[in-house]
Amino acid sequence: MAIVEAKSLCKTYDTGEVSVRALNDVSFSIDAGSVVSFIGPSGSGKTTLLNLIGCLDRPTAGELLIDGMDVASLDRKQSARFRGKNIGFIFQDFNLVPILTVYENVEYPLIMVLDTPAAERKALVRELLEEVGMADQQRKYPDQISGGQKQRVSIARALVTKPKLVLADEPTANLDHKTAHLILALMKKIRAELRTTFVFSTHDPKIVGEAEVIYRIEDGVLMDRQEQGGRRDG
Amino acid sequence: MGNTLKMAVRNLMRYKRRTLLVATLIALGVIAVQVFVASSSSYKSLIISQITDAMLGQMQIHKKGYLVSVENVPLNLNMDRRGAATIEGILDSLPEIEAYSPRIRLGGMISNYAETTNIRLYGISPEREYRTVPLLPKRLMSGSADLKPGEILVPQLLARGLGLKVGDPTVIIATNKDGSVNGKQFVVGGIVESAPGPGGRDGYINITDAAELLRMEEPEISEFAIHLKRFDRLDAAYERLAARLGQEVNREGKPKFEIHTWESLAPFANIAKMIDLMTVFIKILLVAIVLVSVMDVMIMSVYERTREIGTLAAIGTMPGRILATFVSEGILLGVFGVVIGNILALAAIYAIRFSKFTFSFGMKEGFILMPRMAMSDVLFVSIVVIGVSVIGSLQPALKASRMEPIKALKSV
Repeated sequence: MAIVEAKSLCKTYDTGEVSVRALNDVSFSIDAGSVVSFIGPSGSGKTTLLNLIGCLDRPTAGELLIDGMDVASLDRKQSARFRGKNIGFIFQDFNLVPILTVYENVEYPLIMVLDTPAAERKALVRELLEEVGMADQQRKYPDQISGGQKQRVSIARALVTKPKLVLADEPTANLDHKTAHLILALMKKIRAELRTTFVFSTHDPKIVGEAEVIYRIEDGVLMDRQEQGGRRDG
Repeated sequence: MGNTLKMAVRNLMRYKRRTLLVATLIALGVIAVQVFVASSSSYKSLIISQITDAMLGQMQIHKKGYLVSVENVPLNLNMDRRGAATIEGILDSLPEIEAYSPRIRLGGMISNYAETTNIRLYGISPEREYRTVPLLPKRLMSGSADLKPGEILVPQLLARGLGLKVGDPTVIIATNKDGSVNGKQFVVGGIVESAPGPGGRDGYINITDAAELLRMEEPEISEFAIHLKRFDRLDAAYERLAARLGQEVNREGKPKFEIHTWESLAPFANIAKMIDLMTVFIKILLVAIVLVSVMDVMIMSVYERTREIGTLAAIGTMPGRILATFVSEGILLGVFGVVIGNILALAAIYAIRFSKFTFSFGMKEGFILMPRMAMSDVLFVSIVVIGVSVIGSLQPALKASRMEPIKALKSV
């Protein structure tokens, strides 16, 4: 069953007199529970595509269904509510809130987005921190932990609301190779346990192999789809 | 709510120096307002009490038209016995009135048998007058305030000019209502300090002597001075008395009497109004300080935290929550500033009280400024500062809450 379905997606940015077409007639679908990667060089449209899937931006044309919902029709508040309930974000620069501890960063979406009761909140946060191996660092602030640890916290924050879809834009760009593999292994492990769909973008060929399905994108056009294990659709 | 406040506190502590600077600025504004309001109120109430409790009374009732001719001391505008009885009946019926005193005002000449000069006099019943203007006996520089028949209390300036001392004989010559002149010998019973304002350089004689000097068959009262139980209810008492007196009309249906508060009798009322105006200006200044400083710091905060706002919005934080976080920061800044400001203002006011700062007013010296911080002022200033803090933080907070997450996330 597809969690994401995109049909003829287009995205054009108007910058004064010049129009830049970032995505051109992109169609694809992502199965629930899969690990999918969008690869391509810088400026190819990966981030634009992830922003559309993450309901952070609206397509200029085309149809985009997330878990059966036409997200292009949502207004700002509806988008925010939909994101909070259904989508987790992992950022390239981790984007942890510096004034909150590791524990509080993970707890934040449960308090401010979902209004989860305190007891349930505590159990969820502890479980996730154990899962990402950060339970012993929970009282530290983001500036007191390493980049790899920050990304673990970021993963825990993205997963704490039990979203159907987790989006990660270049999640390993600021990590060394070994840590990057560890982070991706962690994402896959959690995926296996929680049946969450992971979609990440990268232009690092060394980590692409961690995905089950790879979409290659160039100049805003989806070039091909490759399944790990051999099948390739051009 | 608790989590929003917790985040607001931590965000403020994130920029400790900036928070401290703005809070200090707000606190300084609060100190300036509180110290000014307390000091000016103390100054005003001291002077007003001097004017009302040492000379004028808090209100005065005259026959209609008396006040416009008061400089001429018009004897033909005195009240007859029936008029005075009517007034006394009304004043006796009002519970808010502590005391009242009938007076006969007259102009005349005073002589020490060698020199003569003009004088204005109040004919008073000492006991009733001292209950109505209780600070009058304290103006006595020498002698006794008993003011028995045949005695005169001479104002300091005239006593000095004529070389009069307690016990010296004097003669008062006055023109009667019918135009004839009469004289009467008095003994100086006391010298009274010349106080600022109208009536501050007038002398006092017993009301029976005044009637005799003016050849009145029975005392014809020029005015009733009134003292209220509560001065802060002056306006309400005035309204009530004015309404009651308004029912007393002559044959032509026009009011027989007029009533005035001290404000229309003493020029100091204009100074008091200026002080009130300055208080308004300094409060406006406080509003400007709070508004500009809170708005400035919140605009900076939103600018610096754009990416963070983008992250919070991206993970699903509703715009209202983001707005609440920033408005809470503004409110906390205001609360922080106003609490420190009020505490320091209280300390400054006690320092002024402890220093026994003195000032003079007219001829009178040695008034001690005793400022007091009223709870109503604390509440008013606190509400204004916190309210303005909300307004100051609202625009930046709205900007933050309306940010498109995708644009905010791209911010460096």
